[in-house]
Amino acid sequence: MIINHPLLGPRDSAEFVYLGDASLMERPDPETASAEDWHAYAYLRDNPAGPHRELWWHEGGDRSWLVVTRNTVTHEITKVEMARDVARKLGSKA
Amino acid sequence: MRYSGFKVIKEALTGHKGWTPAWRDPEPQSHYDIVIIGGGGHGLATAHYLASVYGKHKVAVIEKGWIGGGNVGRNTTIIRSNYLLDGNEPFYEMSLKLWEGLEQDLNYNAMISQRGIMNLIHSDAQRDAFVRRGNAMMLNGADAEYLDLAAIRREYPFLNFDDARFPIKGGLAQRRGGTVRHDAVAWGYARAADSRGVDIIQNCEVTGFRIENGKCLGVETSKGFIGAGKVGCAVAGNSGRLMSKAGMRLPIESHVLQAFVSEGLKPVLPGVITFGAGHFYVSQSDKGGLVFGGDLDGYNSYAQRGNLPVVEDVCEGGMAIMPMIGRARLLRMWGGIMDMSMDGSPIIDRTDIDGLYFNGGWCYGGFKATPASGYAFAHLLANDTPHETATAYRFDRFRTGHMIDEKGQGNQPNLH
Amino acid sequence: MTQKNRLQGGQIDRATSWKFHFDGKQYEGHPGDTLASALLANNVRLMGRSFKYHRPRGPLTAGSEEPNAIVQLRGGARQEPNTRATTAELFNGLMAKSQNRFPSLAFDAMAINDRFSNFLTAGFYYKTFMWPAAFWEKIYEPIIRKAAGLGALSMKEDPDVYDKGFRHCDLLIIGAGPSGLMAALTAGRAGSDVILADEDFRMGGRLNAETFGVDNMTGADWAAQTVAELRTMPNVRLMPRTTVIGAFDHGIYGAVERVSDHIHTPDAGKPRQILWRIYAGKTILAAGSTERPIAFENNDRPGIMLAASLRAYANRWAATPAQRIAVFTNNDDGHRTAADLQAKGVKIAAVVDTRADAPRSDNFEVLQGAQVVDTKGRLGLTFAEVKLADGTMRTLECGALGVSGGWNPNVHLTCHQRGRPAWNEDLAAFGPGADLPPGMSVAGAANGDMSTHGALSSGIKAARAALGLKGKAPKAPEAEDTPVTQTPFWYVEGCSRAWLDQQNDVTVKDVKLSHQEGFRSVEHLKRYTTLGMATDQGKTSNMGGLAIMAELAGKSIPEVGTTIFRPPYTPTAIGTLAGRMRGQEFHPTRLTPSHFWAKERGAVFVEVGNWLRAQWFPLPQETHWRESVDREVSQTRASVGVCDCTTLGKIDVQGVDAATFLNKIYCNGFAKLAVGKVRYGLMLREDGIAMDDGTAARLAEDHFVVTTTTANAGRVYQHMEFVRQCLMPDLDVQLISTTEAWAQYAVAGPNSRALLQKIVDPDTDMSNEGFPFMACANITVCGGLRARLFRISFSGELAYEIAVPARYGDALMRRLMSEGEEFNVVPYGTEALGVMRIEKGHAAGNELNGTTTANNLGMGRMVSKAKDSIGSKLSERPGLNETDALKLVGVRPVNDSDKITAGGHMMNANGEMNAATDQGYVTSAAYSPSLGCMVGLAFVKDGSERMGERMRLTSPVTDLTVDVEVVSAHFVDPEGGRQRA
Repeated sequence: MIINHPLLGPRDSAEFVYLGDASLMERPDPETASAEDWHAYAYLRDNPAGPHRELWWHEGGDRSWLVVTRNTVTHEITKVEMARDVARKLGSKA
Repeated sequence: MRYSGFKVIKEALTGHKGWTPAWRDPEPQSHYDIVIIGGGGHGLATAHYLASVYGKHKVAVIEKGWIGGGNVGRNTTIIRSNYLLDGNEPFYEMSLKLWEGLEQDLNYNAMISQRGIMNLIHSDAQRDAFVRRGNAMMLNGADAEYLDLAAIRREYPFLNFDDARFPIKGGLAQRRGGTVRHDAVAWGYARAADSRGVDIIQNCEVTGFRIENGKCLGVETSKGFIGAGKVGCAVAGNSGRLMSKAGMRLPIESHVLQAFVSEGLKPVLPGVITFGAGHFYVSQSDKGGLVFGGDLDGYNSYAQRGNLPVVEDVCEGGMAIMPMIGRARLLRMWGGIMDMSMDGSPIIDRTDIDGLYFNGGWCYGGFKATPASGYAFAHLLANDTPHETATAYRFDRFRTGHMIDEKGQGNQPNLH
Repeated sequence: MTQKNRLQGGQIDRATSWKFHFDGKQYEGHPGDTLASALLANNVRLMGRSFKYHRPRGPLTAGSEEPNAIVQLRGGARQEPNTRATTAELFNGLMAKSQNRFPSLAFDAMAINDRFSNFLTAGFYYKTFMWPAAFWEKIYEPIIRKAAGLGALSMKEDPDVYDKGFRHCDLLIIGAGPSGLMAALTAGRAGSDVILADEDFRMGGRLNAETFGVDNMTGADWAAQTVAELRTMPNVRLMPRTTVIGAFDHGIYGAVERVSDHIHTPDAGKPRQILWRIYAGKTILAAGSTERPIAFENNDRPGIMLAASLRAYANRWAATPAQRIAVFTNNDDGHRTAADLQAKGVKIAAVVDTRADAPRSDNFEVLQGAQVVDTKGRLGLTFAEVKLADGTMRTLECGALGVSGGWNPNVHLTCHQRGRPAWNEDLAAFGPGADLPPGMSVAGAANGDMSTHGALSSGIKAARAALGLKGKAPKAPEAEDTPVTQTPFWYVEGCSRAWLDQQNDVTVKDVKLSHQEGFRSVEHLKRYTTLGMATDQGKTSNMGGLAIMAELAGKSIPEVGTTIFRPPYTPTAIGTLAGRMRGQEFHPTRLTPSHFWAKERGAVFVEVGNWLRAQWFPLPQETHWRESVDREVSQTRASVGVCDCTTLGKIDVQGVDAATFLNKIYCNGFAKLAVGKVRYGLMLREDGIAMDDGTAARLAEDHFVVTTTTANAGRVYQHMEFVRQCLMPDLDVQLISTTEAWAQYAVAGPNSRALLQKIVDPDTDMSNEGFPFMACANITVCGGLRARLFRISFSGELAYEIAVPARYGDALMRRLMSEGEEFNVVPYGTEALGVMRIEKGHAAGNELNGTTTANNLGMGRMVSKAKDSIGSKLSERPGLNETDALKLVGVRPVNDSDKITAGGHMMNANGEMNAATDQGYVTSAAYSPSLGCMVGLAFVKDGSERMGERMRLTSPVTDLTVDVEVVSAHFVDPEGGRQRA
């Protein structure tokens, strides 16, 4: 696969390490979250057959975390964002 | 129809006119006591044990395609019970015992072949871990054998002993491990279940669950509504997709695992070998093909196909440990979709919806579990209590912190 | 003339004669030959035996779709099983052997199977071999395994080298037949970067095998001229002998170039084959089509081959299997074979055409509406029995029979991303479907454009569309443009032992049985009968099987389904896919800065991940590793030792918010750590399980150095970057892995201060007060070299770790050794390091195994409740806090001479020993020279409350059970006085 890195252009996916669903960026608020919120965050996944927002780390490159929108059925990638930009938009809750 | 030596000879001499279909091809009835979704190994085994052990005969297995077309038909056929943790080992040992009697039970030759499995050891830490595992196996009544380097050299002289980046230091063998003709498992269970009245309904896709007041009443399918007292789901890599129709999110991700077979070769390997310092394991089929595999591709996928980096990675592992396979040719590669759970262990449990039961999360280890999975799921469906070997396979273990994490990788499915 | 069946013409170099051997017999051939063409020219038709019935077989085809003529090529360690004679290029001195036969190809004892074929039908093995139960593995299976398989491996290491390479292009064209060549010409002239790959060693595809012309020259000449023009274009790369094996995601194609298979031995420094990863903007699949056979009784005898292959042998290789041939066809193409061979002087017995209205010929007899119903000839065809239109029989004497049932487009690569081919009614064949791999288009015969002109035009069109070329399209060269329609004719009525899959011996009868037993879907058919599962992957057989199943089921062929094609297109050597990553090059090797110094000292090295670390440093008189390790431990504890610990992960954390960040990463607090101090830190995964431990040293208000274990360096860094970028994006903090940037040595032992004092520049106060336990500082050493000094201890002794830029690592080690002579300094390796940390009760990788909690490690109270950190919330779950949880303890044998085994399980002193009574396990064990016995660390249920308890350690798998005592894990200096001294 080829991931079009927002800063570095198209790179072979072999340069990256995969983590999982980008919902891992939405860590529950430690002040307010319930045990169930933590369970859902750490363990439950939408696991969609279709577009999936997911985290890839450019280990063999600039060490950016990227949020890649990729179809799990066709493997087509439709969007690649810097995870830090996405995280800033989410608002820092951690 | 019972297969027997007499029958085989008689048919050979009379033009094979007497063979009948291995299973019927019925239309669905309007209601069953139990409907199993998924005509793969686990679903068919569940039906067989429901009928043969638990006395349930008004049972249907519904399958969206053809039976045996999922992971039971696309795996590397290995059976073993070399697990470490208490939640797992008794279950897989029961599975191995069921394999050992399966052909007589089913009257079908699934070519269960206990030629052994050998896990190679390449470091002191790995040896410590394998010794612990071997001990856990033996303390659970399974067989295990630690082999030192000299013994490995004697048994596997063709391995790379002299030019290895990660030299072999020993191995943990399970002599009762081995391989099975995988398709025959699905067919054998289907035929046996069918003979006890189970309806196997192919080309019938579940489009939804009918759930009223928190109770599951049956399934909507491409062949209409089928009512059910209980519904059991056993759909391997498609668990996420199916259970979302019941509004459930699962502690599971779907990942692709590739597997490979070489051209047919005269016998070179005695049993299953796993390389402990790279992603490679291999056995040789009765037809002579080297059947091998390695790691997941690593990203969520429902595509049943993988990519080149993992193909290369696996072949590198192969060449590193047995450099005599360089001129053997890879014939075919394929991908299966694995239910990768959050701790690498399966789930056989009730759901929060009354009457809806779940069996999944098998990661890449579902094939060897087929008999025990069917048995335990049948037990759960029949009695509403977990089978004694499967009590740990609960949904809520993540909530309570009772994970069964053989590899110690935590809540990242692609590392299990 | 030895080459009895060599014809005139052809694209072989007759001026040169090469000798080769098949089954020990010598023959002659010419450059340009394949092994199959050369053998046919030498009147050899019998080249192999089938898999199950061991039926005599000759080539069916002239290409990579060959099921029958597979041989063992070369010898010694280069022995290469299952090689297609039809694609193996001849070279001088080639050696080949037939395979899967005993004792010889002409007389094969296993051919007895053919007599018992009634018993060996599809799926017979599922119904039998079950009685008595124990016989399967002991008797039946070994016999089956021995009989199965095709060729044999040499069992020696493959001596050849394989390479990998990467190429990029605007347009990848797969196949250099008329459409591929024309596409390449169109794209090349337009200036695009083009790669044209073809599996054949001579580009041109069917143009080389046919007699019809292109633009007033022969097709072969036109192909050669076009290839010559393409070769002059700098933007076009021609890759002959290159098979595109797979279409992977995002326009990445795998291709295998056979660099040296056409010569005796690879040239020095040259690989045998190269695996190319081609990154293509667009791709045109111009893979042509494959002729399909017709099934009839005994249609598998040597000499019976596809009609167009017969024609290819005659036209391209000037070879024929026999001097008198017949043709059996359902379409006009078969007539071309008769015409072409007749033109070369081969006698045509007749053309048997299934069509009642088949065209007649002035030159040879055409039997209209006739069918071949049986054949004769044990080791090669002698007669074909023909049923004429009026029902009468006629026997044709012939040594070869060309069979043509029409053509199937080669759509394999269109399916590599799970696309399904689409049924083309006009061709009665599957063509490319709608869901092609992104960026791929299909041209020529692969797309159903079967005429030469159609293929040429289709190549132009496809290239222009793929590249978005504007302007007037160039005109395709003149060529035949015969409309092609195919009326299906799959098998001769009433046939039974009529082969579909010749290699796996699947006959029409087997398909019928499969249907009868309910195995009716294409997947069931394939798996039950093994149709299409042989080394040719059913390229010539799948369609026939499918068609017969469709007829039996009363369905159309597309209703029965189509098998999906998977990579690789043709079987690919495992060595090629591995490339150079084997032997010592399997993984990269990381060396520490003191590696070469350690090598000089005669160190024994051990693999730690990709690192090589010194394990111990034997002295000449030492004969057992324990002697060396015991000495290193004793000498360190008595005076001073030095160990290279560069491999520990080091991560620089800098920024105003560095302390805030570490407070989140570690479960214990770091916000208040003073500058100049080091603290032990435990990192949890978010699921509350221990991830790694190490130290963090605060070198400045906004600067920490985090250390990780060697094994987890990569994963911890990844995790920290995740937290930084994805969870705390607004913090002012930067991370960089500096593991390789700093050489770091542990200097341990009572004389460590004295030794370092000689190295450290005088402005650093080394006194216990000036630089106490857990102090750290940026300092200079050896007269101005910047360094980092940490007073931390893994051994439990007074100890330091000193780091200098990696390029000074070697020099610093040598300096430490020379300055340390007066203290009897000893270098110690990982083994002594491990012994000392076990003696001190420090957890390491064996304890942090991914399932242990802070609680297990006896550090439960370290998890701060005063702040939120990664993993703190989920570590509160009940399963991680059970009252009888495993606790880290020490174990020592009751009898000092007994062994402690890591991996052994802990059991109560009395009672049964089984899984139910299991009390824990030993994680690490070592001989302690300090205590004079073996000691171990163990996780024991409620262990912290069981100090002094006698238990049993059992390790049935290594046959050991000993009595042990549970003790504190701190075997040495439990009060910690030494490290603070």
